Amino acid sequence: MVVSIADNFSDFAKYLNERTGENINLCFQCKKCSSGCPVSTFMDYMPNQIIHYARLGLKEIVLKSKTIWLCAACETCTTRCPQGIDLVKVMDSLKNIADRSGIKPGDSQVSAFYHKGISNIRHFGRMYEAGLIGMLKISTGQLTGDLGLGLKMFKKGKLKLLPTFKGSRSMKNIFSRVKKAEKR
Amino acid sequence: MKYAYFPGCSLRSTAREYDASFRAVCDKLGIELYEPKKWICCGSSFGHAFSKLLMISLPLQNLKLVEMMDLEEVVVPCASCFSRFKSAQSEVKSSPDLLEKVKKIIGKELTVDINVCHPLEIFSRTGILNETPKFIKRDISGLKVACYYGCLLTRPPKVMQFDECEYPQSMDKILQAFGIETIDWAYKTECCGAAFSLTRSDIVRKLSFEILKEAKQLGADAIAAACPLCHANLDMRQEEIEKEYGIEFKMPILYFTQLMGLGFGIPAHKLLLQKHMVSTDRILNNV
Repeated sequence: MVVSIADNFSDFAKYLNERTGENINLCFQCKKCSSGCPVSTFMDYMPNQIIHYARLGLKEIVLKSKTIWLCAACETCTTRCPQGIDLVKVMDSLKNIADRSGIKPGDSQVSAFYHKGISNIRHFGRMYEAGLIGMLKISTGQLTGDLGLGLKMFKKGKLKLLPTFKGSRSMKNIFSRVKKAEKR
Repeated sequence: MKYAYFPGCSLRSTAREYDASFRAVCDKLGIELYEPKKWICCGSSFGHAFSKLLMISLPLQNLKLVEMMDLEEVVVPCASCFSRFKSAQSEVKSSPDLLEKVKKIIGKELTVDINVCHPLEIFSRTGILNETPKFIKRDISGLKVACYYGCLLTRPPKVMQFDECEYPQSMDKILQAFGIETIDWAYKTECCGAAFSLTRSDIVRKLSFEILKEAKQLGADAIAAACPLCHANLDMRQEEIEKEYGIEFKMPILYFTQLMGLGFGIPAHKLLLQKHMVSTDRILNNV
């Protein structure tokens, strides 16, 4: 049974509801999400705090937080929330809002990974891992990190030197149609 | 039995062992796999962060290809792809408006009735599970294995509708059919750090350390995985974890399909056991 707490705390809570279909006003701060979260020790705010700040309309804290970028999308909180709130969807949406608003991401490496990853599949149709790793290392300035591991992976045949481009045409079509649909 | 087969990006690169062993095991069990030619990345690991519409369109484009092959079920071994496929289906099933939008993007009629299943689901179905002992050619019953399912196979349960979400059993049942002793442990569905492997490897090392430590303490000879990312974190990062925490694990991480293959008498090199970073010799010497 879902317990009703308040109709609406803020415009931001309403906005998130429209974007995600999730109603964060239902949260009664039981903290099950935070106690089960495997990444919580690396976060600046606990997931339950993010939900609370978001519904109070404290956008700046939420959108600048590390937490929204460090959510690993493991779905533990979503599975355990007694009020049935899909926190992963909310965290994804918050990342998206932060990104579109030009807010400096709380974790620049994670944000770079998503950006480079998306552009990688848009170009190649399928993920080209070696290219992704290279781009990521260049963009984050960590050229030597994981170099040894990367070489071992090449030796074991786990990374391909060249991309395949299979399916890249239909991928490009999907990207451009999604872009058009989202502008509307 | 015939299934469409979606290998996904990882099974063609970092997780080639999973692809090779899965296909070899299916071959033994008389399961035919058909791969759609023009499949694309399903957007797992990235798509969700930036565009809901994109993250739903990519898996459904692949399901459209399966529909065009006139097959009713598609098997998706990568846990992350599996999760994306199921979520996309669940999203459009609950929103007809969204389905219409997606149809416009992928440009075809779409029924979303394709059954998306994981190899664990197929191999743990009663029919196949009962048949399995008949194909055993090599005794691997001396092994003690920690079955590691990871986050996404069972969560969130209302979307995945597969196995018990906090304490799954399917992999245990499959490996028990080979006489393997599977351990009872609390880390079956704990997160390994997932896609932070390339960005926040500190997080990955901490979470994967906990998993390796628990498996070792309980006396496991190996951890069996069902997800390319889980495998990569536990296997490829294991040496770094050992250095950071000053503990030696030398814990072989195998795909559960590789263990099945060994039991079916398929040579280790065909199951690509040599591709792992942590040596699997300890396992091979015991079977």
